[in-house]
Amino acid sequence: MENRELARAANEIRKGIITEVYSGQSGHPGGALSSADLFAFLYEEEMNIDPQNPADPDRDRFVLSKGHVCPGLYAAMAVRGYFPMEELRTFRQMGSRLQGHPSIHWLPGIDMSSGSLGQGISAAVGIAQGAKLRNRDYRVYTLLGDGEIQEGQVWEAAMFAGTKGLDNLVVIVDNNNLQIDGPITDVNSPYPIDKKFEAFNFHVINVDGHDFDQLRAAFKEARETKGVPTAIVMKTVKGKGVSFMEDQVGWHGKAPNEEQYKTAMEDLERIGMAI
Amino acid sequence: MMKDKKIATRMSYGNALAELGDQFPDMIVLDADLAGATQSRIFRDKYPDRFIDCGICEGNMMSIAAGLSTTGLIPVAGSFAMFAAGRAFEQVRNSIGYPHLNVKIGATHAGISVGEDGASHQCLEDIALMRTIPGMTVLSPADDTEAKEIVRAALEMEGPVYMRFGRYATPVIYDENHHFEIGKGTLLREGKDVTIVATGICVAASIEAADLLAENGIEAEVIDMASIKPLDEDMILASAAKTGKVITAEEHSIIGGLGSAVSECLSEKAQTPFRFARIGLRDQFGETGSAAQLIQKYGLDGEGICRQVKEFINK
Repeated sequence: MENRELARAANEIRKGIITEVYSGQSGHPGGALSSADLFAFLYEEEMNIDPQNPADPDRDRFVLSKGHVCPGLYAAMAVRGYFPMEELRTFRQMGSRLQGHPSIHWLPGIDMSSGSLGQGISAAVGIAQGAKLRNRDYRVYTLLGDGEIQEGQVWEAAMFAGTKGLDNLVVIVDNNNLQIDGPITDVNSPYPIDKKFEAFNFHVINVDGHDFDQLRAAFKEARETKGVPTAIVMKTVKGKGVSFMEDQVGWHGKAPNEEQYKTAMEDLERIGMAI
Repeated sequence: MMKDKKIATRMSYGNALAELGDQFPDMIVLDADLAGATQSRIFRDKYPDRFIDCGICEGNMMSIAAGLSTTGLIPVAGSFAMFAAGRAFEQVRNSIGYPHLNVKIGATHAGISVGEDGASHQCLEDIALMRTIPGMTVLSPADDTEAKEIVRAALEMEGPVYMRFGRYATPVIYDENHHFEIGKGTLLREGKDVTIVATGICVAASIEAADLLAENGIEAEVIDMASIKPLDEDMILASAAKTGKVITAEEHSIIGGLGSAVSECLSEKAQTPFRFARIGLRDQFGETGSAAQLIQKYGLDGEGICRQVKEFINK
């Protein structure tokens, strides 16, 4: 897919994120926006998926380990055609399939319920191990936050994946450098992230998470890497695309008011026009 | 009861897994560096390609099991009850329970009969923890025969199951014709004066207690409640209506376990007056000692249960 089309999809995803969090007056826009380009790349180009057949046993799997940024995942699914864009307005409201954190029972196309940090990567490891045991060749992707990797379970999962050489697994870390209580370096630094995954026997690739050429090259390299799992550590900007949210920790888990919503959508319209 | 024959239900767990391996080709067994203790080693030795040792990381193991189950496999994840239900509670709740995945948990070394390891390893809270998880089935067999039966029943059903096994060799009370059904208790002895609802190692002890009580002219009804969730409410209510006195016996805290489950059932649904008491660990931790010493000290042997039933009746 051309980068311009991916950029358009990413911008639609960002608009979806703002629409969801504004409609629900609840949710986590900052980390969803920082991951939006990755969501666009995975759902529009990288993954072997079919919105009409979300339970296909041979589909690629995605586990959103940082489950709280599901506005980004839901928007990516809507843009890809899993459900109408209009449904994004039901986010976090009672009865909505777009639960506060992803649930396999509420929404077809979600491969694993998540939300409690650190558990999604283990489930992804289990799915990857399951593919090996069943001789299936689908690939498994999981997205983690850079704050999330403070959870010890992440490293339990990494140790297992490295030991088993799960080369059908790609662990992506959204390194936007901010967690709820502040910069990750102030709270409890996980750096160096790449060296840690290397130490756990991963092939590690560092990328700019807003550069489609770099993302494309990294996922190609991951597919070509045999015998070990791959970790892609992507530098990103929290709140990317919305001027007043960029690099602001305060927008980790806050909904915009009407005025902020209009400003955010104007920012994204402007970006969309420029693509 | 074949009192001369004693087997720890952890052995039954390992044997059952190995015996059922061909019947359930999708079964995958996981352990957390305790295969030699939980006895999942028996399955490992027979089916090495279907066994995964996750190492010492129980939470990770539970979430991995969850992921495995989404591919159509039937993971059985085992560890000591303390770590399976205790340490990994949140992973069991969120990775397995909330998505209602088809994962079976084999928890061995439950209760004080772990013995010398002491209180850190004597899990007295697992039934309480596991039965609060929506959709979780909780099973606690009385002997070798029943333990094998619950493994079979767990594998036959769809959804998460917590299976509780012990380290201490306990009398075999059922012959091979015993059939266990989820949601059903077993009426082992009929009596008119008092009902003892027991689970795990307390079942054999309750049969012994009933013999002792009979010598004192007290006819005790004994129910083996291996299916703690779902509970066999009909059997409990019918027995309570008959005897008017119900006492529970379990190798677990009296808070939240079988005693609580039975009391919830009776309080809400009994149509006739009844009196009620619980035998178990009374808001306390265990301690180091041999299993037999601890079982006696905490009143979970035949004599201890007999004594407490008499106190209950005479109160």
